[in-house]
Amino acid sequence: MTLESQLPALQIVLPLFGALLCALLRSGSLAWLVALVVSLAMPVISALLLMQVQDGGFISYELGGWAPPWGIEYRIDVVGAYLVMLVSVIGALIMPYARASVAKEIDADKQAWFYTMYLLCLAGLLGIAITGDAFNIFVFMEISSLSTYVLIALGKDRRALLSAYQYLIMGTIGATFYVIGVGLLYAATGTLNLVELTARIAEIGPTRPVLAALAFLVVGISLKLALFPLHVWLPNAYTYSPSVVSAFLAATATKVAVYLYLRFLFSVFGVTVVFEGLPVPEIMLVLSIAAMFGASIVAVFQDDIKRMLAYSSVGQIGYITLGIGLANKMGLTGGVVHLINHAMMKGALFMAIGAVVYRIGSSKLDDLAGIGRKMPATTIVFALAGLSIIGTPGTVGFVSKWYLALGALDKGWWWLVFLLVASSLISMVYIGRVIEVVWFRPLRHTGPEVRDVPVSMLAPMAILAAATVYFGLDTSLTAGIARRAVDILLAGAP
Amino acid sequence: MKLDLILRITAKLMLPFMLMFAFYVQFHADYGPGGGFQAGIIAAAMVILYGIIFGLPAAQKVVPARLAEFMVPLGVVIFAGVGAIAMLMGGEFLNYSVLLSDSVRGQLIGILLVEIGVLVTVSGTMIAIFYTFAGRGRG
Amino acid sequence: MTIISEIVANYNQWITIFLMVSGLYIVVARGNMVKKLVGLSLFQTSVYLLYTSPGKILGGTPPILDPDFTVYSNPLPHVLILTAIVVGVATLALGLALVVRINEEYGTIEEDEIFPEKDGE
Repeated sequence: MTLESQLPALQIVLPLFGALLCALLRSGSLAWLVALVVSLAMPVISALLLMQVQDGGFISYELGGWAPPWGIEYRIDVVGAYLVMLVSVIGALIMPYARASVAKEIDADKQAWFYTMYLLCLAGLLGIAITGDAFNIFVFMEISSLSTYVLIALGKDRRALLSAYQYLIMGTIGATFYVIGVGLLYAATGTLNLVELTARIAEIGPTRPVLAALAFLVVGISLKLALFPLHVWLPNAYTYSPSVVSAFLAATATKVAVYLYLRFLFSVFGVTVVFEGLPVPEIMLVLSIAAMFGASIVAVFQDDIKRMLAYSSVGQIGYITLGIGLANKMGLTGGVVHLINHAMMKGALFMAIGAVVYRIGSSKLDDLAGIGRKMPATTIVFALAGLSIIGTPGTVGFVSKWYLALGALDKGWWWLVFLLVASSLISMVYIGRVIEVVWFRPLRHTGPEVRDVPVSMLAPMAILAAATVYFGLDTSLTAGIARRAVDILLAGAP
Repeated sequence: MKLDLILRITAKLMLPFMLMFAFYVQFHADYGPGGGFQAGIIAAAMVILYGIIFGLPAAQKVVPARLAEFMVPLGVVIFAGVGAIAMLMGGEFLNYSVLLSDSVRGQLIGILLVEIGVLVTVSGTMIAIFYTFAGRGRG
Repeated sequence: MTIISEIVANYNQWITIFLMVSGLYIVVARGNMVKKLVGLSLFQTSVYLLYTSPGKILGGTPPILDPDFTVYSNPLPHVLILTAIVVGVATLALGLALVVRINEEYGTIEEDEIFPEKDGE
């Protein structure tokens, strides 16, 4: 076999070996080097994969030489490749940033474990997007989740332990619901391969076990994705985990869960079963709007910026699920493009706040007073990404909301457009609050150590912030791929 | 505890048989129930029993904590390494058939190596967990 | 009468559902963190039953090809559940490790002692 045909396996095997190497080396800086090399190789592989499938084809890889439906099949189409690209690019940007931040926030003897867990988490997240086997998805989901719990527990604050425990309970319930759903599907159809599942479910139609499986899967994945009433683990987890982890998780973990949503709702069960026979769109719509408003309003009243951004994430996930609930071409494009857009802006925001924590050791709003004058570059990154959260024209946030609005208008729901604008105004309040404090209040933390962060930390977040503007003006790449992905999803092709 | 002769002697008598049973379960897995998981647990149980009866320092003299922690990734390296070698030899990841020219023998050797990897990881993990919890709160 | 016979006929499903619901109940209702993990473990274990019990076919033999037998049990659920058991063990071990660390930091593993001001939260 050529190297090219091995790419799907390499995408997962490389971070796995990297993690093992980190665990064997036991030295923080060597482990970082391994993690950096692996993380930088990931986007290269995923770009090669994306190039192969962007015309609408797919790559199939028979793991262990066992042909599907007996063996596990790795199957990548545009939707999967898009996600793999997103996760690996964020990983590649986070790693240069991680070194300084991790050295500051994590004890020296635990740093090698940190990189081990990070690479395992990366392998798990990439695996979910690559594999074409429902049970294999569960295994990768648990690989990424278990390493995530450890990553969160590595936070300095003792509340990090509690939030990791809380997330462990919620995450495991979510994963178990997912397995129950898969088990029911297996009992009803006798296969675990997603392509086979699609064909057999189309054959047997919405019988009771299939619908029960759908319910379990939706609840399980919703827990992982922090859909509004099931989001309680998220704010604590993002607040108390190390800054690097918050940035990485906010940009990738929930996105991969959304991918599972897309995979199951549109490909496996099919639009006709999910969106025409059941009140799924209505439920999605109500929950999404509740997230957009409820979580955003809570975000306004937070005095810790990491916590505020975490609630904002819950609200932003609402936009993505809103696109899924609309389930028409424009709306779904908005949701899918918001996946990548939100990853960019939340990555930049969490990295910026991580830089502030690096310098002053706090993410409390009051401690940030006047810091804009001392750390101008960091605050500009924060402001740019913040503008994108609000949805200012010229940023990526606007692009997603534009598509969502078009999707709403396609359905004739003009009131939804007003709600979109109204929720943007709330995000304006919480982002504006931070901007006001950092620039227009008298300086609280003085001293020589309060200055901009080193280039290794500044460059990744500057790239993300620049990307929020660039892709806000030139939408051909992000929205273009999203549109192709939506075509595949709405066609119901596996 | 020191005076409890019966416990100490029975344990000493049992230990070699436990290890032997572990290897029996490991290598007999081709023909009967068993495999790396079960064998790894049984092998680790031997060390853990030794630690419970003779104290943690004695057990750590036999299997140092660093060794146990080293075994955890090492076993996975063996497992994934077999997969990677299969990739180098022109098959898919974990396709054992290409390991030897005779595909049946290749599969046999592949699964054997993988099970040894599982044995190493599982026993290492169990011993490491035991050490970590047993060593807590003693400074 | 038909209800009873139906329950008896599908007794494995009823056991699964009973374990599942009681596990989930323990997770929700208990404040002790170790008890919560016990409940979580029970919840996961019920899934093992959900998978493996339909895999056994009455009168079926282990799936090793033999000219004398034609009916085999389905081995796949067992393989899947072997993986799920490992995942469950890993989750439980990690959860317990976290509880140990929480006990060291807070001096308790009762949730209502850690969050006394829960109403204000």
